[in-house]
Amino acid sequence: MANLTIKNLKKSFGETEILKGINLEIKDNEFVVFVGPSGCGKSTLLRSIAGLEEVTGGHILLDTKEITDLAPAKRDLAMVFQSYALYPHMSVRKNMSFALELAKEKKEVIHNKVAEAARILELDPLLERKPKELSGGQRQRVAIGRAIVRQPKVFLFDEPLSNLDAALRVQMRLELARLHHDLNATMIYVTHDQVEAMTLADKVVVLNQGRIEQVGTPLDLYRNPANRFVAGFLGMPKMSFLPGTVTALDHSSVTVELTSGTSVTLPAASEHLRQGSAVSVGVRPENIDVVEPSESSLTGYMDITESLGSDTYCYVKTDGQETLTVRMPGNFACNYGDRIGLHLHVDECHLFDEQGNAVQKPSRLAA
Amino acid sequence: MKTTTLNAGPASSAAEPKQDSRQGGKRKTSRINRFMVSPSVLVLALWMVIPLSMTIYFSVIRYNLLYPADNEFVGLENFQFFVTDFGFMAGMSNTLLLVGAVLLITVVLGVLISLLVNQAFWGRGIVRILLISPFFIMPTVNALIWKNLLLHPVSGVFAAIWKFFGATPIDWFSEFPLFSIIMIVSWQWLPFAILLLMTALQSLDQEQQEAARLDGAGPWALFFHLTLPHLARPIAVVVMIETIFLLSIFAEIFTTTGGGPGYETTNLAYLIYSQALLQFDVGLASAGGLIAVVLANIAAFFLVRLIGKSLTEKQ
Repeated sequence: MANLTIKNLKKSFGETEILKGINLEIKDNEFVVFVGPSGCGKSTLLRSIAGLEEVTGGHILLDTKEITDLAPAKRDLAMVFQSYALYPHMSVRKNMSFALELAKEKKEVIHNKVAEAARILELDPLLERKPKELSGGQRQRVAIGRAIVRQPKVFLFDEPLSNLDAALRVQMRLELARLHHDLNATMIYVTHDQVEAMTLADKVVVLNQGRIEQVGTPLDLYRNPANRFVAGFLGMPKMSFLPGTVTALDHSSVTVELTSGTSVTLPAASEHLRQGSAVSVGVRPENIDVVEPSESSLTGYMDITESLGSDTYCYVKTDGQETLTVRMPGNFACNYGDRIGLHLHVDECHLFDEQGNAVQKPSRLAA
Repeated sequence: MKTTTLNAGPASSAAEPKQDSRQGGKRKTSRINRFMVSPSVLVLALWMVIPLSMTIYFSVIRYNLLYPADNEFVGLENFQFFVTDFGFMAGMSNTLLLVGAVLLITVVLGVLISLLVNQAFWGRGIVRILLISPFFIMPTVNALIWKNLLLHPVSGVFAAIWKFFGATPIDWFSEFPLFSIIMIVSWQWLPFAILLLMTALQSLDQEQQEAARLDGAGPWALFFHLTLPHLARPIAVVVMIETIFLLSIFAEIFTTTGGGPGYETTNLAYLIYSQALLQFDVGLASAGGLIAVVLANIAAFFLVRLIGKSLTEKQ
């Protein structure tokens, strides 16, 4: 069992506040991903959990044990670093057994644990090599092996895949997912790559400027972002935002006039919206279609199109000078400057108020 | 017909000469390279060959400046004389003691001090400069400072300290002559070790240290398992370079003890000097010089075997 509870955690470097009161519950066996832009505090949060940073305030509890001021080695955590941080002059075997030797474990126990970790990670043929004789992916596996042999309660990963090339990253991502499944361990993973966040996580924690913006399952965050930041951060290509003004509203829908003059009616629970409120409509690339200009009131010009084979990303400039990203099938063909119409799937659009908070959908309120 | 030749002609002539000129160019460049470096190689060769052959020549003749007419061939008599001289064994052991002790002191203290100044503290920049500065003092000046300001039994700083505590001041150069020389030379060379080790410490990987801390390594384990292995290469460099210079320590001995009392601070370099210029026996000194050359080469051979491997190994 390993439940990690973080209560009102604060961290400042001098005058700069990096973490501004983090509250988080991590349950046993969960794969939690901290995601956010550079400098949002996600690495600092992870290092605070590891004990490598002294926190300024708040509490960290592992199960019921307070570990806030405990030495890193006594926390029952293992960490995999971005640079792998392998000990350069030690063999792979020595790298993996180092912690156990320091803990004065018996020789056979160490040998068995290392052998077991090597088997899981397919490192057997490499055990006597030095780190410099390994490839990036192998080093990564040794770093994970070093964490496994300690059988910690929680695994911490600090952007472990960012030094690998694209193909290897995909492979290691799958291996990590499998490892989590096999080890049944609690894992905390820091990344700025939303694909890793979406694919690996049971629970995604989106951080921004030292605060948690939203916590939830990947799909929950994708479908029901709590605010503009989360909505814009998750999703590739990004969600487009169209500014507008509320012109009419009833209890389950809102009519918004966009800057181009087009009106759209969205299903939304409009409790704190009033007529004339400034809002923005968020729409994901897959929820727009390019149609003939005559078929829609929202029209514009095609800017750049990117053909990826499976999909075509179209960047569209509307008549109201808004930029939109549209995802079309791979066989879609269009030229730069073509006049086009746009059809929004209004049921799938998101509405954000002036502060950037999501206006909830009525269906979700009912449920 | 005409068009084919036209088509083929330029294509082949464009491809072939290019390859040709590249190959020829390579050969030409290497010839130019060899030509360009030959003057310095020649000068270096002359620089080495002429003195060496002259020394070899002097070492097999009787060549005493007091009897300039007497220059007959004596074979290996000079070598025999030098090796059986009482000063030779003393010079050998003093040389080894001096080199060994100074290496030990500079490496051990160098590691400790550079670890110390690697920590952040107020005024670190100035402390670092102060630590490095003895290296820029000339050996003779260094020896004079120690002789007259620090170790002098009447007016030295050490004597003042001893007197302050009510002890009798020590006459360092007559009571502990070799130890005094070791102190002086260590003081001169410690900055060199600190300089190299300090810069090496700055490249010590921070994440490795953190990983080790998570693995449960305390300060001692961190030092022995991470810091010291990381410093192995710079320590090897320090040992190698210092050995080269310490084998020929002269100015410090000349300025302070003059090799005495007796032969207690006479090393090989000083012994050769005293043979040549105090006893005017150039032949004997040349034989000693050649023995020193052989010894230096033996030392260099073992050093390169021991340390060179870790230097050329890729990290």
